[in-house]
Amino acid sequence: MERSFVSIALFAALIAALGLLPKVTLAAGVPITAQSLGVMLCGTVLGARRGALAALLFVALVALGLPLLAGGRGGLGLFVSPTAGFIIGFPIAAFVAGWFTERLRSFPVFWAASLGAAFGGILALYLFGVAGMALTLDKSFGEAAILAAPFLPGDAIKAVLAGSITATLARARPDSVLSRV
Amino acid sequence: MAMLSLTSEQVTPYHRWPAGPKLLAVCIVTAVMFSAGSIILSGIACLLLFGLYAVPGRAFLREGVRGFRVLWPFLALIALWHGITGTPLAGVGVALQLLAAVGFANLVTMTSRLDDLADAVTRAASPLRRLGVRPHRFGLALALVVRFTPVLGARGAQLAEAWRARAPRRVGWQVLAPLALAAIDDADHVAEALRARGGIDASKE
Repeated sequence: MERSFVSIALFAALIAALGLLPKVTLAAGVPITAQSLGVMLCGTVLGARRGALAALLFVALVALGLPLLAGGRGGLGLFVSPTAGFIIGFPIAAFVAGWFTERLRSFPVFWAASLGAAFGGILALYLFGVAGMALTLDKSFGEAAILAAPFLPGDAIKAVLAGSITATLARARPDSVLSRV
Repeated sequence: MAMLSLTSEQVTPYHRWPAGPKLLAVCIVTAVMFSAGSIILSGIACLLLFGLYAVPGRAFLREGVRGFRVLWPFLALIALWHGITGTPLAGVGVALQLLAAVGFANLVTMTSRLDDLADAVTRAASPLRRLGVRPHRFGLALALVVRFTPVLGARGAQLAEAWRARAPRRVGWQVLAPLALAAIDDADHVAEALRARGGIDASKE
């Protein structure tokens, strides 16, 4: 009970902390911001329900005006800006990521979490994000999708990282990876 | 807390208006504007908005303008797109609509204290009590996030520093797993401390 509640709060804090970090680089030297990786981890580590609540808590605090998004951004303005869908979609992305990680029990943790992170953090999140861009910029869904496409490769790498980190955590703290307990 | 919120330090008459009605008004204005999609309506909204930002004085106006920085890349994109497709008027409409929507929403954020907004949301959510949602827990969750964001941020900075001490390369993704591990371990400790103090619901008013 307490553990589940505190885990939700601390993973919301983890998403925020990942936004404070200087950008980390991949082997090829591509810098990435880790915040959406945090959303994926909420799902793949905490599972669908708790992961979604953690992401929802984060989004609610941003809406209330805490500058927790990367670059110290926050406030209600973001929820009507072109990137609104990508923020509003966070809880759903975490839920989908967690749902797959829970369901793909027969898969090793790495594969279940990577696939989950891809379905949640890319497919589900982009659905919301692109819809938001289409709505606010008055473009068709297809046109908005083209505008969002450059970010796909980075997010694909993040999904694999989420899988790898979740597998590491499952080895280090098997009882704490609630999506697989 | 003041350091960690986007509420304006400038004193304006809007600060005294209750948060709930302000939120509701912004929702209605935004919904009407987006569904109407009228360039004239958006233009009027922008003018009205400029007035609202200008009334409290120059410093507030400057702060308000800074709030639009998230929009600049998109305004550039709109200009480029509609310039190429030869539909400048439609582009102006979209831009005005965006400016007005973001401007109104930012105004609420700038002139409402975090506590008041949280109260308004808690009150609005209280009918959900019957569905098993306990709004008072939100306050504790908020406090935990505000407390642990800098803690985990500092842990991340520490891990990055340790990396730089060992390796000539730029900080890699490998620091992220120990950071997540820190969150998990902190959660365990805090949960234990909460249990020792009678659980989550012990401290409610």
